[in-house]
Amino acid sequence: MDWLFFGEISLAGLAMGGLYALIALGFVMIYKATRVINFAIGEIMMFAAYLFLAFAGGMELSAWIALPLAVIGGSILGGVIEKTMIRPMLGESPISVVMVTIGIASILVGLVEFIWTADPQLLPNFLPREPVFIGPLYLAPKIAYGFLIGSALLIVYLLYFRFSRGGVALRATASDQAAAYSMGINVRRVFNLAWVFGSLAASLAGVLVAATGGLSPQFGIIGLSVLVVVIVGGLDSILGALVAGVFIGWLETVAGAYLGGEYRMPATFVVLAVILVIRPYGLFGTHEIERV
Amino acid sequence: MRIGDAKQTYEADEAIWTSNTQKLWFGLLLLILLLFPFMADSYLLYLGCLVGIAVISTTGLNILTGFTGLISLGQAGFMGVGAYTVAWLSLNTGLPFPVTLLLAGLVAAAVGILVGLPSLRVKGLYLAIATLAASVFLHFIFAEWESVTGGMGGLSLEPAHLFGLTFQSDFRMYFIIVTLAVLMVLAARNVLRTRVGRAFIAIRDRDISAEILGINLLRYKLMSFALSSFYAGVAGGLFAYFYRVVTPESFPLSMSIFYLAAVIVGGMGNLLGGILGAAFMTLVPEALKLLTAALTPFYPNAPVFMSPMLEIIFGALIVGFLIFEPHGLAEIWHRIRRFFRLWPFRN
Repeated sequence: MDWLFFGEISLAGLAMGGLYALIALGFVMIYKATRVINFAIGEIMMFAAYLFLAFAGGMELSAWIALPLAVIGGSILGGVIEKTMIRPMLGESPISVVMVTIGIASILVGLVEFIWTADPQLLPNFLPREPVFIGPLYLAPKIAYGFLIGSALLIVYLLYFRFSRGGVALRATASDQAAAYSMGINVRRVFNLAWVFGSLAASLAGVLVAATGGLSPQFGIIGLSVLVVVIVGGLDSILGALVAGVFIGWLETVAGAYLGGEYRMPATFVVLAVILVIRPYGLFGTHEIERV
Repeated sequence: MRIGDAKQTYEADEAIWTSNTQKLWFGLLLLILLLFPFMADSYLLYLGCLVGIAVISTTGLNILTGFTGLISLGQAGFMGVGAYTVAWLSLNTGLPFPVTLLLAGLVAAAVGILVGLPSLRVKGLYLAIATLAASVFLHFIFAEWESVTGGMGGLSLEPAHLFGLTFQSDFRMYFIIVTLAVLMVLAARNVLRTRVGRAFIAIRDRDISAEILGINLLRYKLMSFALSSFYAGVAGGLFAYFYRVVTPESFPLSMSIFYLAAVIVGGMGNLLGGILGAAFMTLVPEALKLLTAALTPFYPNAPVFMSPMLEIIFGALIVGFLIFEPHGLAEIWHRIRRFFRLWPFRN
């Protein structure tokens, strides 16, 4: 076995996993606060990436202006979706709410095809091009810098959750909605903010992933990988999102490199199936007790 | 206004046909379905076949999702199992179509039971993800098990045959498809008024309560999975005979979502809703195609926008129905009926 090759592949996989962790964090945020499983997260990422394309490619803004604009655009989209389409579904069965997010995903794909056509696109390169070496291991610069930017936001989020007022409100709402209400927390605003911040994480990750792998209306498929990540990690666990994100990213890349691209999805879904059988609530998720 | 409608026994209340008028309407419907192929052109006939297949599959999914409350994203995968079974059997054994279709249903049902096994431990959305995993594996098997499924190239098969009669044209396929659709919907209606059906509904409403009432959850959940995938398998088999080519790409994830959407738009937990939903969701894209064709002389760009418009309309229908009409088309239908039934009174 060629250890150097394995090391390089693993490194690339771990870096990709870092981005998965970021997206999964956005997903978990939305789930924790609002109990909505967001099947549209891949499409929100895609939409932000297309916005970046429009700002940086179409309007020829500098990438460092276009990136924040695209991310803000994606977050606003998340907020609008919550206000207009998720809020009316409050209290409906989870099946219905999930179907709404699937419908939203379809609408977003249609919109993107409408505006930017269905052809694959390449994002203008904005990350440094010098190859990155970690010890003897080579890492593609796009992936490396994408990972760095992604982890920076990830750390900001973790600190925000832990220390800020908003983060405390979010955690309070997640653990007990009624109690949060009675303590004067504006739960509706928390719902909206969870969607905004969740979409923000997804949008940044979307631009970074699209910068390495290209962009097309099928980009939202990545949402399926994220779904695997959050189920494996536990839907309501931030730690789970991080650990499972890195692991699934690594596994996917290694399986793709050694077995061939068609094995990427089945490999991660095997892990998913095993986890569902052994620990249905995920590695770090809370086991909910049901009462009649 | 409808009168003389008081029921005095449970049997009368549970009966499929509660009045002679109902029988008359149903007879009329059958007559129309029978005469339709003689009057329709080939395009309408093709649509009729598509709707028939969609009705069978949607009814199956409705049993699982609408009546038992188990959400499944694997319907297309189960249809694929049925389609590959039919294709393989017709290539390797030459059995007549009733046998192959039955086997298609049974094989799909077996796969359905296998997929349903985790349903006792995982619920709700986790179950949806488990069925999603199943459909990923099935797609992988379709694409990679080349000795049986023909790999990415798929399989092409001979037309359906029985007693020396071959069903090559849409005209002949129509009769198989519609007969099966009618029979299978009636069978579903019948199952749902038995103990089994009531057990499904009890599980949907609250599974823990159902268990306390003495319903064996695993058994009935698996039964629901088996029944639902049997329907999917038969629909997939008809799909194979209809197009006479089966590839892994014939059954994408979007197809599973399509059937879920049909159940929702039609009305969850309502067989009539499933039928209406299947017909509606199949015909909307066709209507859009006609509209595009009509607009093309004025806006040469129209065909370019058709596919994105379709995506948007598809999504908007799901979201719109869930927010504004959660009980679906069936509820609209009932409202219309109630109006006539109560006429001349308002409410």
